[in-house]
Amino acid sequence: MSALLETAGLAKAFGALKATDDVSLAVDAAEVHAIIGPNGAGKTTLIAQLTGELAPDRGTIRFDGHDITRLPAWRRTRLGLGRSFQITTLLPQMSALDNVAMAVQARSGSSFRFFGDARRDGSLRGPAAAFLERVGLAAVAHARCSDLSHGEHRQLELAVALALRPRLLLLDEPLAGMGQEDSAQMIALLRSLKREVPMLLVEHDMDAVFSLADRVSVLVYGRIIATGAPQAIRDDPAVREAYLGGQGD
Amino acid sequence: MDARTPVAATEPARRRHVALLVLFLLLVALPAIAQGIGQPFLIATFTRFVIYAIAAVSLDLILGIGGLTSFGHAAWFGLGGYVVAIAAFHVQDGSTLLGWGGSTEALVVWPLAVVVTALVALPIGALSLRTSGIHFIMITLAFAQMLFYLFVSVKFYGGDDGLSMQRRNTLAGFDLRGATAFYYVCLACLVAWTALCAAIVRSRFGMVLSGCRQSERRLSALGYPVYRYKLVAFVLAAAGAALAGALWANAARFVSPDMLAWVKSGELMVMVILGGTGTLYGPIVGAFALLGVEQLLSGWTEHWMLILGPLLVLFVVFARRGLWGLVGGRS
Repeated sequence: MSALLETAGLAKAFGALKATDDVSLAVDAAEVHAIIGPNGAGKTTLIAQLTGELAPDRGTIRFDGHDITRLPAWRRTRLGLGRSFQITTLLPQMSALDNVAMAVQARSGSSFRFFGDARRDGSLRGPAAAFLERVGLAAVAHARCSDLSHGEHRQLELAVALALRPRLLLLDEPLAGMGQEDSAQMIALLRSLKREVPMLLVEHDMDAVFSLADRVSVLVYGRIIATGAPQAIRDDPAVREAYLGGQGD
Repeated sequence: MDARTPVAATEPARRRHVALLVLFLLLVALPAIAQGIGQPFLIATFTRFVIYAIAAVSLDLILGIGGLTSFGHAAWFGLGGYVVAIAAFHVQDGSTLLGWGGSTEALVVWPLAVVVTALVALPIGALSLRTSGIHFIMITLAFAQMLFYLFVSVKFYGGDDGLSMQRRNTLAGFDLRGATAFYYVCLACLVAWTALCAAIVRSRFGMVLSGCRQSERRLSALGYPVYRYKLVAFVLAAAGAALAGALWANAARFVSPDMLAWVKSGELMVMVILGGTGTLYGPIVGAFALLGVEQLLSGWTEHWMLILGPLLVLFVVFARRGLWGLVGGRS
């Protein structure tokens, strides 16, 4: 099977620190692929290069047949690479519904339209409301985003990403800072999305990773030291040594 | 349901509508009031207030809605004024500019002022918007100062001394000499421009512009090429200021490089902040308040800035949404 997202020899250094060191990664069109790694392994740097916020020193990134290595972030989104942020990045002064509607609007052609009330546009509000419903936020649709709880922000991040109808969803620690209950809910939600959209999941939460992922790549000191099925990764002695440190079970 | 406040709470919205209506009616009635109380010079005074209000609203479009702190907005105000004054100069002088003999018809020179200014603002905006934050503030200031010194150095058009107009433009052949007629023309421009800006803010474009202010990173992740949206907003705002400048040239029948000076840019920013950043209607009130206070205090003491300064500090600290925020009650 040909990969949907593929990196070859990707490298990024900050001075002497090799944050990304010859990373070759392939995400297939029908899988949930997780990237795990200890703190400082270079997960954030890798994500930033995939989304276009950071330019790699070397190597290429291909998405759906296009070389996207040098494309700006907005073009990658247009090609179908949707993402959620680790640290919530929403539009704080807009409502939850507005935030999702902005994603729907982004997909519906040019926004160089200077007339017509965007907040009364059924073609934006309708689909946006449906995505909010999907993540369980229908009740707070009209609440100001900055008034929502942390858990709700995480859900809203997901609704916004889904509203882009991405061909690949890049989830940067979707469970970051969530309590146990909220996490369980989010994992259930992501599970229900598994069949609809392939995902590249960067996550600390091992339960989440092992219950969601079809394949797992382990990133240590900027290098991918292993890729495989969750069980194989669990049993890999090198991974246990470098990352799980014997606490894996 | 949920106790948290919806984004557009209806009660303050109604208060804002009422305030807007009252403001509009007062402005419509102003010439009659001024005549009634035997102070007809107030018509000319308020004409100037209205003109500045147009410039302040246009600045709010990028500063308040788009979050782009342009510190060179007076450049567009001055450029618009100069286009009108130069067109009139060539008619008076009988000379030509690139083969054009000039014009004193408002329907020709006002749109010309707007278009010329927009064409100048386009490359300047394109360069300035490559930067952000403090760099954007400095680069817009630098470009405005360049235009300022350009007009200072062009002796043919008066240089430092500025350029006078013998008479006001005509509007479709109609004389604008009368204070009341000219006031209503300016008021109509303010209403039309503000209504246009309000429509833009509500539109899809406006949502993107407002999103740029709140999180540019998010907008990029949504697939919006934010640079293009900011550039269009920058040019639109410049066009509005140019219209104000064209009117100003007629009100004063005089333009000078002072119109483009950084002090003027600062004054426009103060109007926006005083009235309420990002409220669109607030800057109108801000312009009236600043110019009104200036008018009142300067008749009383020449050190009126000493009083206005602390007033401004109080507003910035205690009334973040400015005068309009006091009316609208929005957080």
